[in-house]
Amino acid sequence: MSIIKVQDLSVHYRNSQVLDRISFTVDKGDYIGIVGPNGSGKTTLIKCLLGLIEPEQGTIEIVGQPLEDFVDWQAIGYLPQATTIANKAFPATVGEVVATGLLGGKVFPRRLSGLDRTLVSDVLELLDIKDLQKKQIGSLSGGQSQRVFLARALVAKPEILILDEPTAALDPVTRENFYETVSHLNKELQTTILLITHDSATIGKFAKKMLYVDGRIVFYGSFGDFCVSKDMSHYFGDFAQHVICHQH
Amino acid sequence: MDQIIEAMQYGFIQRAAIAGAFIGMSCAVLGLFLVLRRLSLIGEGLAHFSLAPIGLGLMLGIYPLYVALPMAVVASFWILHLAHRANMFGDAAIGLVSALGVAVGITMASLGPGFNVDLFSYLFGDILAVTKSETYAAVILSLVVMGMVLLNYQELFAITFDEEFARVLGLNTNRANQILVVLTSMTVILGIKVVGTMLVSAMIIFPAITALQICCGFKTVIAVAVLASFLSVIFGIILAFLFNLPAGAAIVLVNFTFFMVAYLVKLIRHS
Repeated sequence: MSIIKVQDLSVHYRNSQVLDRISFTVDKGDYIGIVGPNGSGKTTLIKCLLGLIEPEQGTIEIVGQPLEDFVDWQAIGYLPQATTIANKAFPATVGEVVATGLLGGKVFPRRLSGLDRTLVSDVLELLDIKDLQKKQIGSLSGGQSQRVFLARALVAKPEILILDEPTAALDPVTRENFYETVSHLNKELQTTILLITHDSATIGKFAKKMLYVDGRIVFYGSFGDFCVSKDMSHYFGDFAQHVICHQH
Repeated sequence: MDQIIEAMQYGFIQRAAIAGAFIGMSCAVLGLFLVLRRLSLIGEGLAHFSLAPIGLGLMLGIYPLYVALPMAVVASFWILHLAHRANMFGDAAIGLVSALGVAVGITMASLGPGFNVDLFSYLFGDILAVTKSETYAAVILSLVVMGMVLLNYQELFAITFDEEFARVLGLNTNRANQILVVLTSMTVILGIKVVGTMLVSAMIIFPAITALQICCGFKTVIAVAVLASFLSVIFGIILAFLFNLPAGAAIVLVNFTFFMVAYLVKLIRHS
């Protein structure tokens, strides 16, 4: 069953075409690694899915509804790029930050209930960071922060989880653990994952499908197919494609 | 001590303390959101802009703050419009509106002989001269400001922490920004009576940055800021009475003392 359907999506930014007639579908339970060079339109693509950027052309459906009519935003969890959430001096505890992930499903004045506090505790427990609940957000390490923001994205139990370069600032061990956690969510909770990364080799180890974007869709399919794709060897060169797939 | 007790018997001191304390507390509550969103100078800009409507009010013989309040709200929307729609940097938009207000205010003062003395009292505040009806207005408007922040607390917190994520949650970030600037306009106009247009931004900024030196959770920081602001107003008025100082300046200096103490406590704790 398709959970996201993108049809003929085009986006311009200051006279240059960022995305050119992109079409693809995402099935429920998919784990998609979105890869591509810098400036290829990966972040623009997911910002369109999140309603943050309005495309010039094309349609997006989320869970069968046109994006313009979509209101169930708590069905989507979002983890932005680490660099955009780095206000170290902000006076908020981990618990307060994670609880904001529940506000999408509430009506004015969006009060948090006892059940909400339980949900916050549960998600922190799930990600093994319960001991951080009362800590100030700015006092955490890069890896801890990423887990906290993952908790914020997951606290409303979303059907779709969108992550934008979540591991860019993490050391190799923390990165591996992070991928394992996301993989667990996909396998155990059937959460649909869309993950942007530059790390084609590592994502290939976890994702079920690869979406290679460079203004247009260069490749969309399984990692196995990615490794033998003529389009990709034409794009990367045989050697680079071999190196990526060999690392895997 | 006897002098302090004696001071508190005077009606004008009681009115100043009540009006000042409520205005100070609403400045502190809003100030934290503005400081964290790097919008704290919007208070300064709106205060300076309000010299124009204050001048107009004095010229037309209308109570100046009644003219200044709606015009400050319009100016705040203008700043938002310039910053978001006209692709102008926020500080430049604030500077433009602020300078325009000062220029128009000074021009009016020079055209209308006699009322530039009244304009002077709005530049530096005159809390000890606050009337009974002004005290009621200050209490009611401050309660409206604090009530609105309380009602919109979750949205304002989410947007202040991460505006993009708040938009993904489906929160109406434009509406929340508009609420914030309208409340700021109201608070600035109230603050002009206490410390004047020159110092009103201090009442917005100081309590927030004082609390930020000490605290952890967002609600605790708001509580500390409110307490610091309340005490600054009360001590400032007492000092002004005891030493015959201008009340507005005394309130700001007490605020600054609290900030320095909090800053030193932070330094000692970290060392």
